[in-house]
Amino acid sequence: MLDGDQMDNAKSMSIIVTKGSLDWAYPPFILATTAAAMDLNVTMFFTFYGLPLLKKKLNMKFTPLGNPAMEMPMMGGHMAMPNLLSVMPGVGGMAGMMMKNLMKKKGVASIEDLREAAVESDVRMIACQMTLDLFEYSLDDMIDGIELGGAATYIESAAKSDINLFI
Amino acid sequence: MATAQLNAEGLNCPLPILKAKKMLKTLSPGDVLEISATDPGSVADFSAFCNQTGHELLSSSAEGDIYKFEIKRA
Repeated sequence: MLDGDQMDNAKSMSIIVTKGSLDWAYPPFILATTAAAMDLNVTMFFTFYGLPLLKKKLNMKFTPLGNPAMEMPMMGGHMAMPNLLSVMPGVGGMAGMMMKNLMKKKGVASIEDLREAAVESDVRMIACQMTLDLFEYSLDDMIDGIELGGAATYIESAAKSDINLFI
Repeated sequence: MATAQLNAEGLNCPLPILKAKKMLKTLSPGDVLEISATDPGSVADFSAFCNQTGHELLSSSAEGDIYKFEIKRA
């Protein structure tokens, strides 16, 4: 009865998803699924490095490189992740493992689960056609239920949305 | 009017909201969903969720580290 797709005056939100690392994948999927749960009509536009988040098999990497503000909880305190350390072989992979373990321990959903929730709640997902061509992705590698589109497709949706985010 | 329970303990944002929404969908108008959670952020979030969706937050309380909510489906 209160579902967004049945409400004429439902609010709506659009998100441009431009980043596909493990940490940056969270904000768009958390906001999209929560907005859908709150009866908003949600559109996500996946472009550039955000596009791989639509691949059937996710393989998100995580690196503290270029993120000097990052600290990990460690034995009651916090440990900064020096950029210099991050360029050493294996450190990126180790940081990714640490991050995934920490998320599991704290009851944080996996990106796979959030994406599934987004699909289930009818979030409209648009794959950027230009990015698909540029990086030579195939639609066959992507999950079902997505559509292809370009800037105009996004703008049409954004022009009607109450909230527009670029992440 | 039926009552349903949701144990969202140990789950972090936004899972308690997503799971509550999923269960509310299966209930009939007037039914009550009782939720228990451990995420302190869920106190503000369930209030906001109900304000936005029109479901009624009948109660919001804390017992130690457990937060309890009762939501009446609109």
